Amino acid sequence: MEHHASLVTWQQVAKKTGAEVKYIPITDEGYLDMDAAAELITDDTQLVNAVHVSNTLGTVNPVGDLADIAHDHDAFIFVDGAQAAPTRPVDVQEIDADFYAFSGHKMLGPTGIGCLYGKRHLLDAMEPYLYGGMMIKKVTYEESTWNDLPWKFEAGTPVIEQGIALAEAVDYLEDVGMENIQAHEEALTEYAYDELTAHDDVDVYGPPGDDRGAVVSFNVDGVHAHDLSSILNDYGVAIRAGDHCTQPLHDTLGVPASARASFYLYNTREEVDALVDAVDEARQLFST
Amino acid sequence: MSMGSDMYRQQILDHYRNPRNQGELPEPTFSHEGYNPSCGDELEFDVELRDDEETIERVAFRGEGCAISQASASMLSQELPGMTLDEVAELDRDDVLDMLGVEVTPMRIKCAVLAEKVVQDGAEIYEGETDVDQTTTED
Repeated sequence: MEHHASLVTWQQVAKKTGAEVKYIPITDEGYLDMDAAAELITDDTQLVNAVHVSNTLGTVNPVGDLADIAHDHDAFIFVDGAQAAPTRPVDVQEIDADFYAFSGHKMLGPTGIGCLYGKRHLLDAMEPYLYGGMMIKKVTYEESTWNDLPWKFEAGTPVIEQGIALAEAVDYLEDVGMENIQAHEEALTEYAYDELTAHDDVDVYGPPGDDRGAVVSFNVDGVHAHDLSSILNDYGVAIRAGDHCTQPLHDTLGVPASARASFYLYNTREEVDALVDAVDEARQLFST
Repeated sequence: MSMGSDMYRQQILDHYRNPRNQGELPEPTFSHEGYNPSCGDELEFDVELRDDEETIERVAFRGEGCAISQASASMLSQELPGMTLDEVAELDRDDVLDMLGVEVTPMRIKCAVLAEKVVQDGAEIYEGETDVDQTTTED
């Protein structure tokens, strides 16, 4: 259930290093198959990558359990928190994540910036991947030494505006309270899930409405997801249609595309009602 | 409401529900298929030429996908008979949009033009002018 941003990256890493990428399958309900995970992760495993909250299924993955399994085999765990960090309290130390990444643009911040957390001793042991200003301590004609963390990994002129804006966004979210945001989202998501699944011709993918992050991906019988999104757009309801950067997952689901409604702290129950009404309109348009 | 739902006027929905010339030809001169990765639309066209080897006698298509892509294929299948391959090569996006007769939003242009691209690429392959073997709207 990985986003292409992870999946493609690890594919490329595997090509460069000769590693093999193995995928933890999902259950019919859209959870990671943890029994399979326990089989797949072995002493040969170098790194386990897991998305914390699926951007397509909404599944909230037990990343702490995966971290335990990974560490039992002396493997690292990398957690993709792009959908999790904006939507709930996250404690990277409690998860025991070796690395944890998230994006500014998913949490009221600007595009072009994100954060990578790494355990200090791991980052200390890693070499820089970009060279330039700021990342050095001392440069001679012969050699260079690296600056301390985090500058070692932040070569060149930083994205200053984005950094300021993301910090503001984080302050704002913390003022609102991540617990409050999570509670608001869960209530909206469960409501939307129940309203949408009340119709037999709607397939919602992923776990039940009371156990998921704030995305609801679905298809309506007889209405292609892209047609649905175009029609909803006319009713002022913005959803996403497509593969949501999870093509392999859509292959598993057996559909070329899905419609996806997602919610954040500014969405309301009335907006869910507008979504459901607009889906009704689309259904009628295509059935008459 | 004002609307891009103009995009789903009756004629589009009619062609989507009751596609014209859907199916296969028994002896096509050439066949070609194409794919729109952004929507997952798929289309395959069979084209039969007259004895002059340049004028389209009949076409048939099959496929699946969104209403815009399938209606566009159906409508194009009605336009093609009688056209020469040179005329087909001249078709462009505006011709397709005129044919559809609705306002197509930018996100959906690829759906609209898939049929045209499939037939054009099929004709080029038949005439030995290209070596692409599959059409996608990403090219």
